[in-house]
Amino acid sequence: MTVTDTLTPDASALRLALTQVDPARRRKDRFMRGLIYAAFVLAMIPLVSLIWSVLANGLGRFDLYFLTHSMRNVYGGMDAGGVYHALLGTLLITGLAALISVPIGILTAVYLVEYGSGALARSVTFFVDVMTGIPSIVAGLFAFSLFYLVVGPDSRSGFVGAVALSVLMIPIVIRSTEEMLRLVPNELREASLALGVPKWLTIIRVVLRTAVAGITTGVMIAIARVIGETAPLLITVGATDSINRDPFEGNMMTLPVYVYRQYAAGLVPCTPGDAACIPTINYDRAWSAALVLILVVMLLNLVARGVSRWFAPKTRA
Amino acid sequence: MAQRIDVKDLNIYYSDFLAVANVEMSVDPRSVTAFIGPSGCGKSTFLRTLNRMHEVIPGAHVQGTVAMDGIDLYGADVDPVAVRRQVGMVFQRPNPFPTMSIADNVLAGIRLNNKRISKSDAEEVVETSLRAANLWNEVKDRLNRPGSGLSGGQQQRLCIARAIAVKPQVLLMDEPCSALDPISTLAIEDLIAELKSDYTIVIVTHNMQQAARVSDRTAFFNLAATGQPGRLVEIDDTSTIFSSPREQATEDYISGRFG
Amino acid sequence: MASPTTATTPPVTPVRTPRRRSRPADRGLDRSFRYVAVGSGMLILATLASVAIFLIIEAMPALTHEDLASEIPWIPKGGDLWSVVGPLIFGTILAAIVSLVVAVPVAVGIALFISHYAPRRMANALGYVVDLLAAIPSVVFGLWGVMVLAPKVQPVWQFLVDYLGWIPLFAGDAHGNASNPPRVLMTTSIVLAVMILPIITAVSREVFLQTPRLHEEAALALGATRWELIRMAVLPFGRSGVTSAAMLGLGRALGETMAVLMILSPGLLYSFKLLVASQQQTIAANIAARFNDANDIGRSTLIATGLALFVITLLVNLAARAIIARRKDFSGAN
Repeated sequence: MTVTDTLTPDASALRLALTQVDPARRRKDRFMRGLIYAAFVLAMIPLVSLIWSVLANGLGRFDLYFLTHSMRNVYGGMDAGGVYHALLGTLLITGLAALISVPIGILTAVYLVEYGSGALARSVTFFVDVMTGIPSIVAGLFAFSLFYLVVGPDSRSGFVGAVALSVLMIPIVIRSTEEMLRLVPNELREASLALGVPKWLTIIRVVLRTAVAGITTGVMIAIARVIGETAPLLITVGATDSINRDPFEGNMMTLPVYVYRQYAAGLVPCTPGDAACIPTINYDRAWSAALVLILVVMLLNLVARGVSRWFAPKTRA
Repeated sequence: MAQRIDVKDLNIYYSDFLAVANVEMSVDPRSVTAFIGPSGCGKSTFLRTLNRMHEVIPGAHVQGTVAMDGIDLYGADVDPVAVRRQVGMVFQRPNPFPTMSIADNVLAGIRLNNKRISKSDAEEVVETSLRAANLWNEVKDRLNRPGSGLSGGQQQRLCIARAIAVKPQVLLMDEPCSALDPISTLAIEDLIAELKSDYTIVIVTHNMQQAARVSDRTAFFNLAATGQPGRLVEIDDTSTIFSSPREQATEDYISGRFG
Repeated sequence: MASPTTATTPPVTPVRTPRRRSRPADRGLDRSFRYVAVGSGMLILATLASVAIFLIIEAMPALTHEDLASEIPWIPKGGDLWSVVGPLIFGTILAAIVSLVVAVPVAVGIALFISHYAPRRMANALGYVVDLLAAIPSVVFGLWGVMVLAPKVQPVWQFLVDYLGWIPLFAGDAHGNASNPPRVLMTTSIVLAVMILPIITAVSREVFLQTPRLHEEAALALGATRWELIRMAVLPFGRSGVTSAAMLGLGRALGETMAVLMILSPGLLYSFKLLVASQQQTIAANIAARFNDANDIGRSTLIATGLALFVITLLVNLAARAIIARRKDFSGAN
């Protein structure tokens, strides 16, 4: 046993015991502290580098022209082209997806919290968990197969993409809404029911009303989550260079797919001396579109946070 | 192995808030000192300054000196980790590590300093510590079972065994019986009486009868009003405090007029 | 498991919570509203069932086809469905596991930093910064990975080949070099690791923050340093939480498409070479790369691989949920 035996302690032995921790232990403590700080710094590197690269490479072409023009009749190394058609497509498709997901998501959450019991509720909860884990590409395959079987081979349209995004979005909406509804105190429900208000009206006027800020936040975050999805749109909506305002007919461009397509187009082989030809134009557009995409996502997140902060029910007087 | 503690001009803060003011007292070696007083009077806070557990809370700090045999525990060269090794602590609720066996719980402190303790040494420490905590006979057949399987009183004695396994100078107990039933409480009180011969013991208790039963000296803490700092009203031999205290507040508290 | 008398249905309990009034009581609008709510719950089940059914219907032609290789250019001569599905599953799992090996230690480090090292005020801000990583779309990660990260890591990969090349994972190509440009699995997995970092960090951080104060104080009172406190109280308590967090991260990494599609130079080999191009490919990236140009039977084959991916991620996610659920049962520690 190595415990310091101080049956007849003199002050110096005690001082030693009070001031000295085994140096090996101290070293290990410092070492682990260093590792943990390093882990954090390490994780910051990609974040900072990514944001820096997007800003440094994307700001160059990020202007009003870029936001208001499509890629129609843009070819080669032309100093032209923008993301208007992609921005429009992204907003239309994500909007449609939200239109599908939000009612289903909220109603399912209402079912789980207000009505759910027994085997059906348990299996819904379980399968919502399963849905959360569906890879986005599989959601795309599903939407494609569905419309392929129902509509036929020429089924690509914005709507198919919206269905794919809905598969990804619905479980997020359900989870966050469920969480918010469970926060509504039971006393409120009972007070309303005791006044003779029917249950459906109680749910709409009291429960959902109380939770509306939290639900809105959850929906915005869900939208922010799916608005950057690329893979399912790649296989269900395809791509186009022109503006398509009809989400039920024909290919549409979306921002994430635009980023990918511009990147995939690669360097332009310019004839030497051709000043009008920019070899890196496709990469430049990809970066600028990535900047637009990140700005859209950040805006959604900020608004979501704002909603939860400003419109939260005033629980404290 | 028991040391005296001398506290001088101790002010205890949570950030800017002065929680306990101007404590001055001495704790004799190989004795039991009890802290009593109403809730919020700072007796637990003060107890936690004796092994520098107080400063674990963000913003918490102290002014003044707490000297162990003349060495200030808050001196510049003193290491809080080393202090806690010399001043053991038992908490209000029993807190054995749930993932460790009974034996590993007892050895937890020793393993920190000595990773490769031999099997026979380990067994010896486990047995002597558990015997000292009056727990050996109850658990000797299930040393490798998890400590969380014991009853509350047994868990608390396991925590005492864990604290004394590292042979500290001083043992602090923060209301060690408040979560226990009367029989377990009695077992702990008996144990305190036995441990007194080897350790300096400081115990915080809500229960005045307990203070009267187990302690040699008793300190009464009080606070003038909420928001005011707690103060040490008086410290004296337990018999004196309970029979003829100097201060009116002490007498009022002891006779049950408040608190 | 037990005799039929102890069936899972509990005996009818006469007392019900006030919220759940007995069934026949509602009429008119009340009943309609309930039907709508129950209906959307059932819609979830129907959706999931149809995901599985439609994928199976569409995959059927490929599953029953005699000679896929003759109709699909990217299936090697004489090969059957398994000759591509096998390597794809292998590549998918390899990429995901490598990214997990990179991400988990860093994520646990960040989680500990936020829960036990950083000052409280700073910790909240840091948690938000990590969440920011989660909000960045995968296609942007892909773009960054291939345009910014890849050129930077090539010398590092070359270094690994030069000095650790005897380890099969770090073996070089025929000339003993790491591929340049490094469109290799290692680069891909690093980007995947960055992408799954936030989810693992977030779950681990929550678990670490829940460590009972009692156990932390017990460790401190024994004279534990901060790291020893973490070893004694925090990590044992959080182990199952970290495990399930890692499984959730694994689920994400398995299904991630764009970063792989943009960075990895594909191949269909059972190869462990992380630093050589054209060795492996993942299911998701393979689908995204080939789907639009595929003929009917090619599409069917891709959907069959998608079905395999669906099943794999399903199993991983279920395992993660099971661990979380078991943890809940045993949270009597607090």
